[in-house]
Amino acid sequence: MAKEQLMSYEDAIERFEVVIGLEVHVELNTVSKMFCGCANNFGSEPNTNVCPTCLGLPGSLPAVNRKAVESSIAIGLALDCQIASNGRFARKNYFYPDLAKNFQTSQFDEPIAFEGEISIELETGEVFMVPIERAHMEEDAGKLTHVGGATGRIQGAEYSLVDYNRAGVPLVEIVTKPIYGALDKAPELAATYVRAIRDIVKSMNVSDAKMERGNVRCDANVSLREKGAEKLGTRTETKNVNSLKSIENTVRYEIQRQAFILAAGGKIIQETRHWHEDRGHTSAGRPKSDADDYRYFPEPDLVPVQPSEEWIEEIRLTLTEKPSVRRKRLQNDWGFADLEFRDVLNSDLLDEIEATVAAGASPQSARKWWTGELARLANVQEVAVQDLPITPEQVASIQKLIDSGELTDRIARDVVAGVLAGEGEPAEVIESRGLKIVTDEGALIAAIDKALASQPDVMEKIRDGKLQAAGAVIGAVMQEMRGQADASRVRALILERAK
Amino acid sequence: MTEITSSSAAALAGLISSKKASSVEITTAFLDRLEKLNPKTNSYLYFNRENSLAQAKRADQQLADGTAVSPLHGVPIAVKDNLTTTDAPTTAGSKILEGWVPQYDATVVRKLREASMPILGKTNLDEFAMGSSTEFSAYGPSKNPWDLSRIPGGSGGGSSSAIAGHLAPLAIGSDTGGSIRFPAAMTGSVGAKPTYGAVSRYGLIALASSLDQIGPVTNSVMDAAMLQDVIGGHDPHDSTSLPNSLGSMVQSVKKADVKGLKVGVVKQLSSDGFQPGVKTCFDDTIEKLAAAGAEIIEVDCPSFEYAVAAYYLILPAEASSNLAKFDSVRFGLRVTPDGNPTIENVMAATREQGFGPEVKRRIILGTYALSSGYYDAYYGSAQKVRTLIQQDLARAFTQADVLLTPTAPTTAFKIGEKVNDPLAMYLNDIATIPANLAGIPGISVPNGLASEDGLPSGVQILAPAMQDGQMYRVASIVEKLYVDQWGASLIARVPDLEAL
Repeated sequence: MAKEQLMSYEDAIERFEVVIGLEVHVELNTVSKMFCGCANNFGSEPNTNVCPTCLGLPGSLPAVNRKAVESSIAIGLALDCQIASNGRFARKNYFYPDLAKNFQTSQFDEPIAFEGEISIELETGEVFMVPIERAHMEEDAGKLTHVGGATGRIQGAEYSLVDYNRAGVPLVEIVTKPIYGALDKAPELAATYVRAIRDIVKSMNVSDAKMERGNVRCDANVSLREKGAEKLGTRTETKNVNSLKSIENTVRYEIQRQAFILAAGGKIIQETRHWHEDRGHTSAGRPKSDADDYRYFPEPDLVPVQPSEEWIEEIRLTLTEKPSVRRKRLQNDWGFADLEFRDVLNSDLLDEIEATVAAGASPQSARKWWTGELARLANVQEVAVQDLPITPEQVASIQKLIDSGELTDRIARDVVAGVLAGEGEPAEVIESRGLKIVTDEGALIAAIDKALASQPDVMEKIRDGKLQAAGAVIGAVMQEMRGQADASRVRALILERAK
Repeated sequence: MTEITSSSAAALAGLISSKKASSVEITTAFLDRLEKLNPKTNSYLYFNRENSLAQAKRADQQLADGTAVSPLHGVPIAVKDNLTTTDAPTTAGSKILEGWVPQYDATVVRKLREASMPILGKTNLDEFAMGSSTEFSAYGPSKNPWDLSRIPGGSGGGSSSAIAGHLAPLAIGSDTGGSIRFPAAMTGSVGAKPTYGAVSRYGLIALASSLDQIGPVTNSVMDAAMLQDVIGGHDPHDSTSLPNSLGSMVQSVKKADVKGLKVGVVKQLSSDGFQPGVKTCFDDTIEKLAAAGAEIIEVDCPSFEYAVAAYYLILPAEASSNLAKFDSVRFGLRVTPDGNPTIENVMAATREQGFGPEVKRRIILGTYALSSGYYDAYYGSAQKVRTLIQQDLARAFTQADVLLTPTAPTTAFKIGEKVNDPLAMYLNDIATIPANLAGIPGISVPNGLASEDGLPSGVQILAPAMQDGQMYRVASIVEKLYVDQWGASLIARVPDLEAL
């Protein structure tokens, strides 16, 4: 599909007011599914976590997972929402092969949480209050894999496979009210908002919050209106955008695309769209109108969820520190410069660094390990740095050995490589690879004397004040010690001998 | 007819527990009879002698090894074919499920197995329980043992004809607007719809979730009470099932005493529109109750006038959604149209061929009633009527302990008589529908033969929600009035099927 024509971003912002609305789906990490006892488990063999209920077999009935309700209430409370005293489920009726019952059990006019807000701080320090309309519970659909055909989409596929393991996985959908006034910051605000939601659900441990696995995914609604106009413009909804960068790019692209159409006197078609990160544009999905009729009605197979005041307060007490508050506190405690801290946030390493510091490393050394060597290794191995098989405790213990002079930075990197290669704890790697630094001064002095003997002019040069001449001897000694010596100590010993 | 097949379930249970007859002997007697006579009544869609006898043998072995596991230990039973069974195909009377063998047992079926009650087979019904005659079954209508040219009532006409024809001593039915009680009235048997939630619906192929309830179809009130005691109780698989036990129905039957009983007669269901013979039988029962010492009170339920209309919005709305899962993707019929089939047209072709006319009619009605712009006028208004009916009943039950109505406006009509007139068909349930809309228990008890056609009529007893015991108690009193007068229950007068 050809790329559509765009207006420059600056011109678009100059001419139009941007209104965005964000729907974030959060997959909860409950042990079992929303309405049955099947495992809520990512990555199982297809169609192994299924039962009559999540397969929608005739006669089966749903039963609500109390833990999922608890997590939903916790999310609602974290977003400063009111919690419904009578949260009813509803059926959203439409036919699709990944939807076992051909209706989704969701919530419609009585969501579990409603009327909240969250403050979002942009890079400039500017703070936006994003109004939350609702957070409601629903079930996920199965997963379709379309085989054959060029696009991997249902159109043109030879056949499609359905995996119902995901069918019935509990979701919380968080819907914002229209967000006005973000101007040129709308794309950044969208991404920062989604990051904030992701951080909240992660810190509360109600979701695995891995965007690349679809644990958190965003539908971005964008519309433009002429500056000063009262009536909202026609919106598009770009579905299932699943990285922060893509969210920012999607919103920016839609602003430019819509601006071009509107400026040329055209009309925006109300539709769902898809974002193609690789090609950097959205494409039209199916037309969607407000007349889309899902024939919602109260789910007769479930009694309403009626959380008691006591239960809500119990859940409120379990709420963890708000991620925005925590970030401020940590930056302050660690004394990181803004740029350093942004680096940590952007690479999503707050938890790892916090744990490494807690295990005894200094904040700066922890930061250097995670955003430096470990990030580099992860990049080489093409995995997320968080998924490297090394724990914050192991990183901290290696750093302690550096601090006490038992390891050099270079040897420490070998120890890390050993841990990542599955050779055991740092101490075991040091032992088995024989990486312990040589601190026996007798051995060092013997090596120095040996090196000096083969380079007799060196001593002379040093005594003449040409200290750099020591470099050649240090190199020879390090080679002799197979790298396992502290170069600065060797240097000091050479200088001492030259006295 | 042997002595065994004409006995009540309670009597058979007594024979088994006292080891005067084995479950195998009794099950064999019913299998012999149904294999011979089912072609006449088309009560059963499926039976399997070997399987039933294996279950009977296990029941006998258990008894030989120890004691009875339930009061109905070893007594065989017929199950309506809209309950899932892992050892028998389950069709719900529809072509769209032909040949489907469920992967799980309905909770009620599991309870029957745990009570060591052999299952004789699966009984016929209108497709997805939509109908009151079984004429909408995809597998042909069942026949009424009182007159094989007449309907046995519906949707549970397979179960009612099996009971009246002595092809089973007990049967399970499901009642959404009268599908247990109306067939019971048509065949002179007893049919009870417990309080909504008293019996788990898990494994019942849903028609309208907020109205459906499973219950017993039997020869006597005591048999029905015994069966409800077996199948009732909370089920974690059904969120709408009641958390607490309603107590023993059998104990309530045993305490039957008319003294101090206040009987309400619903003004709106005791005047016009009833066949004269049916009305006469009903009036006669009320007189007898008064003579026995009950206080008779007329109660006013003005909203009953809108019950049928509200019912035919709520039911199709829920059914249209419940039946969406029949799409060929995971189970049942799959019709692949010619050309290059897409998932949409495979679904459409399957539903076009797999569903019968009444099912399609109700799916269309329900889809319409839930559509945006019509929801408030139809589904919304119907829910309001439902509330008004509940209020009418709550008021009536402050005046009376139970309410009595004729179960049905007529006796059994001829097969074919109403099949092309949906409105006439829908009015059969005029007296039974309010109980489903309000979630209260109702039972139909034989009420004599109408003078003009000599066919059975039924009297319905309604009790407040969760007072199923009260309902059984009064049902037992009413039943006794007839047994006292005639020396036997009405079902003893059913013609000999073998001679028909």
